Amino acid sequence: MAPKTMFEKIWDAHVVYEEPGKPTLIYVDLHLTHEVTSPQAFEGLRLAGRRVRRPDLTIATVDHAIPTWSRDLPVTDPIAATQLATLAANAREFGITFYDIRSPHQGIVHVIGPQLGYTQPGKVIVCGDSHTSTHGAFGAFALGIGTSEVEHVLATQTLPMMKPKTMEVRVEGTLPPGVTAKDIILGIIGRIGTAGGTGYVIEYTGEAIRSLSMEGRMTVCNMSIEAGARAGMIAPDETTFAYLRGRPHAPQGADFEKAVAAWRTLPSDPGAVYDRTVVIRADELEPYVTWGTNPGMVAPISGRVPQLDEFEPGPDRQSAERALEYMGLKPGTPIREIPIDRVFIGSCTNSRIEDLRAAAAIVRGHKVNPKVRAMVVPGSTGVKLQAEAEGLDQIFLDAGFEWREAGCSMCLGMNPDILAPGERCASTSNRNFEGRQGKGGRTHLVSPQMAAAAALAGHFVDVRELTKER
Amino acid sequence: MEPLRVVTGIVAPLNRPNVDTDQIVPKQFLKRIERTGYGPAAFYDWRYLEDGSDNPEFVLNKPAYRGASILVTGKNFGCGSSREHAPWALLEYGFRVIIAPSFADIFNNNCLQNGILTITLPEEQVQELIRLAEEQPGMKLTVDLEQQEIRGDGIQIPFEVDEFKRFRLLNGLDDIGLTLQHEDAIAAYEQRRPEYLTYGK
Repeated sequence: MAPKTMFEKIWDAHVVYEEPGKPTLIYVDLHLTHEVTSPQAFEGLRLAGRRVRRPDLTIATVDHAIPTWSRDLPVTDPIAATQLATLAANAREFGITFYDIRSPHQGIVHVIGPQLGYTQPGKVIVCGDSHTSTHGAFGAFALGIGTSEVEHVLATQTLPMMKPKTMEVRVEGTLPPGVTAKDIILGIIGRIGTAGGTGYVIEYTGEAIRSLSMEGRMTVCNMSIEAGARAGMIAPDETTFAYLRGRPHAPQGADFEKAVAAWRTLPSDPGAVYDRTVVIRADELEPYVTWGTNPGMVAPISGRVPQLDEFEPGPDRQSAERALEYMGLKPGTPIREIPIDRVFIGSCTNSRIEDLRAAAAIVRGHKVNPKVRAMVVPGSTGVKLQAEAEGLDQIFLDAGFEWREAGCSMCLGMNPDILAPGERCASTSNRNFEGRQGKGGRTHLVSPQMAAAAALAGHFVDVRELTKER
Repeated sequence: MEPLRVVTGIVAPLNRPNVDTDQIVPKQFLKRIERTGYGPAAFYDWRYLEDGSDNPEFVLNKPAYRGASILVTGKNFGCGSSREHAPWALLEYGFRVIIAPSFADIFNNNCLQNGILTITLPEEQVQELIRLAEEQPGMKLTVDLEQQEIRGDGIQIPFEVDEFKRFRLLNGLDDIGLTLQHEDAIAAYEQRRPEYLTYGK
């Protein structure tokens, strides 16, 4: 039999129905829902008199629109409150497990799926959220869908799809000190562009990827969508199995061993052919900071804001010019000299326990620069409780950070956590689009370590020099 | 979903690459639980001034482009968030056809689900259409999905479209109904689903 990629194996194992020239019907193993992209889908079911085909394969939580202030305070935005109540009512009506705002299992949908063990190798996972690609870190095929498709999956447990192409992104060699998973993915997007992955499922391979923890792998896969890809994935291995063992919704006991045996058959076969391969050397990567208004506009911390003549005349140069104007930056400015007003550590990209530990290690014993307002928003209530048990909250609070309740928060600013016009933020999130964190707000994407270091200094600093000094 | 066969209308040029769905409909409008009411939110931050009045500098606000039903724009249109509120807003604004050098995948699917035809043309052809629409504000084109052709004054551009996508748009068909014709295949798959995917709870 011809060697297959991991994506092809998972795809083939999920074909429900296929016909030449038409999309293939693919079965869905796990459907994650949240308050923002589901209400119209449930309403559609009701209007058509349909039920949820597999409520047992569907879970719901609230993350996007909830405030991150104390859970004892009310949700003051009446429209958001209605949306939250609507999801609760829909979950009840259709028999779906629901982790509400007070549940210890509540959190960003892409943080709780893995944390609770729902996310497993070989699964097809969907959610009405583009960052569903996160779950591919476990060797799953996980993709974001729109609300009509959410309704389709609720009604049929399947999704019609044209088969995407495959791209291998191989990161060879060892990651230099101070360079993180976030820098790997920012480096990749800087090279292939924000549409470089359009139409593809990316499989990340190579020594630098293999040596990442599950948290790091999730960060890389999370931002596959920022490269335009349909999904990102990483082959499961001992790191994956060790992470999943004992998680409440993972297979238990003898079933776990049987599952591991099956999971071991998933990685791409030797000689499997990808439609495209990109090779990157880990030792060429640095800590990165985005300077513009899409995640491909990125520079190393040692670099400068680019000159306009570095871009092809035409749409790309116009786009860079517009971005610099929006960001209030002059070409040639050293990245290190960019001052910041706000720091956000959080989002489905970088809000897991390891991210918080890494940021706390930088912050410990230091103070946030007095002109900076800095906040930490754990990715889930579970992460928050674990961080508190480890004393990380106290490290952040002592330094002058705000320590908030779990949610998507200032990654997209749907809740009260937003930037004021003109404010400049070092953010561990995934999108630096115009207005993403608040109208007129200016976002620079960085790793948790870089965000923490910027909070202390009041401008960007090279985290590698910081760790050398100490 | 309304069938789409031939659309004749004003062409609005939006000459920017990488227009993301945060620009098409900003987050503050995503808290609503309805499928309608997003038209006034389309391109909100570009379209309105601080006081809520129309920004006269924004191209779609120019009188000649009012009532446009065809949008011509830059590459990677619709990148970013999966929010279907973006095509809902564009449709309600009046767009039935979007022409660009490339589209982001999820946005492209979302358009199809809502009866919006996305047409991919080479960058030079798109730039030429943008130039014409800018030089002749209010210019009209006819987009004929049956003939797979864009027509106008001195313009005749054939376009490619996936056969199944064309069939669905021409007939205004909804996916769920089509899939439920394969109910037996879904039930059969559930019987043969790999066992390791059914462990755990």
